[in-house]
Amino acid sequence: MFSGLKDKVGEVLLPGDEFSLETEDTISLTERVKPEKVVCGPGLRRSGDRLLVCKSGVLRHKQPNMFWMDSQQRRYVPAKGETVIGIVTVKSGDVFKVDFGGSEQASLSYLAFEGATKRNRPNVQVGDLVFSQFVVANRDMEPELVCVDSSGRANGMGVFGAGGLLFTVSLGLARRLLSPHSEVLSDLQTLFPCELVVGMNGRLWVRSSSVQQTLVITNLLQSCDTMTAPQRQELFRRAAQGAL
Amino acid sequence: MKDTPLSNCERDFLLKAIEEKKRLDGRQTYDYRKMKITFGTDFGCCFVDLGKTRVMAQVSGELVTPKENRPNEGIMFFNIELSPMASPAFEAGRQSELSVKLNRQLERCLRNSKCLDTESLCVVSGEKVWQIRVDVHMLNHDGNLMDAASIAAITALCHYRRPDVGIQGDDVTVYSPEERDPIPLSIYHMPISVSFSFFQQGTYLLVDPCEREERVMDGLLMIAMNKHREICSIQSSGGIMLLKEQVMRCSKIASVKVSEITELISKALENDKKARKAGGKCGFAESMPQERITALKMDETPVEMTDVTNRANDIVQKAEAPPQTVPSPLVPVPGVGQVGQGLHNTWGLEEEDEEEEDDEEEEENDNSCEEQEETKMEEEQHEKEESGGGDVVEISDSEEEEVVILHPEKPDNAPTNTGSSSYQRGAATSKKKQKK
Repeated sequence: MFSGLKDKVGEVLLPGDEFSLETEDTISLTERVKPEKVVCGPGLRRSGDRLLVCKSGVLRHKQPNMFWMDSQQRRYVPAKGETVIGIVTVKSGDVFKVDFGGSEQASLSYLAFEGATKRNRPNVQVGDLVFSQFVVANRDMEPELVCVDSSGRANGMGVFGAGGLLFTVSLGLARRLLSPHSEVLSDLQTLFPCELVVGMNGRLWVRSSSVQQTLVITNLLQSCDTMTAPQRQELFRRAAQGAL
Repeated sequence: MKDTPLSNCERDFLLKAIEEKKRLDGRQTYDYRKMKITFGTDFGCCFVDLGKTRVMAQVSGELVTPKENRPNEGIMFFNIELSPMASPAFEAGRQSELSVKLNRQLERCLRNSKCLDTESLCVVSGEKVWQIRVDVHMLNHDGNLMDAASIAAITALCHYRRPDVGIQGDDVTVYSPEERDPIPLSIYHMPISVSFSFFQQGTYLLVDPCEREERVMDGLLMIAMNKHREICSIQSSGGIMLLKEQVMRCSKIASVKVSEITELISKALENDKKARKAGGKCGFAESMPQERITALKMDETPVEMTDVTNRANDIVQKAEAPPQTVPSPLVPVPGVGQVGQGLHNTWGLEEEDEEEEDDEEEEENDNSCEEQEETKMEEEQHEKEESGGGDVVEISDSEEEEVVILHPEKPDNAPTNTGSSSYQRGAATSKKKQKK
């Protein structure tokens, strides 16, 4: 089965595609037979003795035995510890309700900001952007956000957003931007100086020196979602020459 | 589900950009987004793409009894569906304020402008008339649904063919498309709606607003016009005060846009007509995928093989080893060359078989080499044992050496050699099976 999965690494698979879990026909008598273990990430699902693909995308593999589907999903599912960009929708008593693009809204306590006390409330308005982290993200429970790390420091989180533009891309692109040594980011760095905030929920916030540059970056990032690396580099080169 | 709220920073940025005459997708103030008109396999099915906004219109006809006050006029019926597929903010099966507004506007744009000859839809006066129903489905919402819906509806009406009807005495027969060619509707003109959005109390004006622009706009003006520059309906919403000059300017812009869009529609209709005449796949059917199997698992069918394996074993046992011949060119007659005399003729076989045979030969060669290596290794091993006192050292130069069994307690060389070599062969064949 391991080889069956490995054959398809890098190929496009669709929901309903099935891997058979049959063992090899011949086993070596001398070598110790290890039970094959496969770790299935998002997009792969085991049901009984079948392994099914349940998300369309490209099959990825990480040594030694991790497999997952790299999909162009847009709907975000919260996970504990992930940082997202949220929009404050309601100010009610001691919690804010924050929209992060998931199926329901998350709650954010007013005490979960750096230096916030009962007396010293943070200045948060409805419609503000907050960069925050999930501390509770369970199924069938209201997710909970905080804007401090474990030591009580803001660490880059909190209210932000004046003068920039918020837009959404697919979750795959957001993850690609956040990965260390991201190619997209290094391509972007050659263009203009800009500030970029990337949330794991596919929301991006950009600010640069002028409206025109911010718009150019926004459109470039939105369009490079479905591009190959050479196409993207070609596009970025044209943008750098001022053709766009 | 609730819609994504608009953040303050987006609102501020959009208004700032509009002040600087910039738009989110790099358009100019009066530009429409890229428009694409495609048709489905059936008559009267039309898809309109306006940027990321996507709308489908389907026209259908039915014979009904007419209204009492208009006994010889056909009936037109419009229905707009805002499905959750278009936007998570739309709820299924409930009439929202937006859908009522769009429906009303579409009715005023198409029915009240009398663009369709309703009297031609009469079959028997007071008894049977055609009811033409236009269903408009929103497939994706990225702003300016009204323009996309009006274009889709009028194009679908132009594309629609109703079945021919024959009357003999009191009998009304509806002919199938095979018996008699279906008849197009008689359309006098094509009203098309053009939307203008106003910002900052009417200071700034944009044509074809996208979804985020629609959210920050102060007011909206929709002008439905045909290519003869006749205004079919005009509606202003949002409660802004517009000056007379502004409305005049909008109507001028609308007339230009309408003539462009009408040309696009007639071109699309003409292309579709040509494609249908040629008999090729057109419209939506064109995008049907090639027949390709994407399933990964193949079910194996059990086959009774015991007889065959027995027979094969018999043959293998009885068969003699092929004579060892040295492939060297023989020259029986001067001028005629021959290579590899004595081997089987492989001319008639397919390439795969030859390759397999080659593989086998190679493997055999490998095996013989390995055997030699093994003997060498074992010899080495013995030497080491004698010197190092029972230390087993694994030597791993090639992958095949991993499966070599070493029997240090047996000093006898010959039997182990044959045993290991036969095992070796078995392993090689099993490898081959895996490859297949």
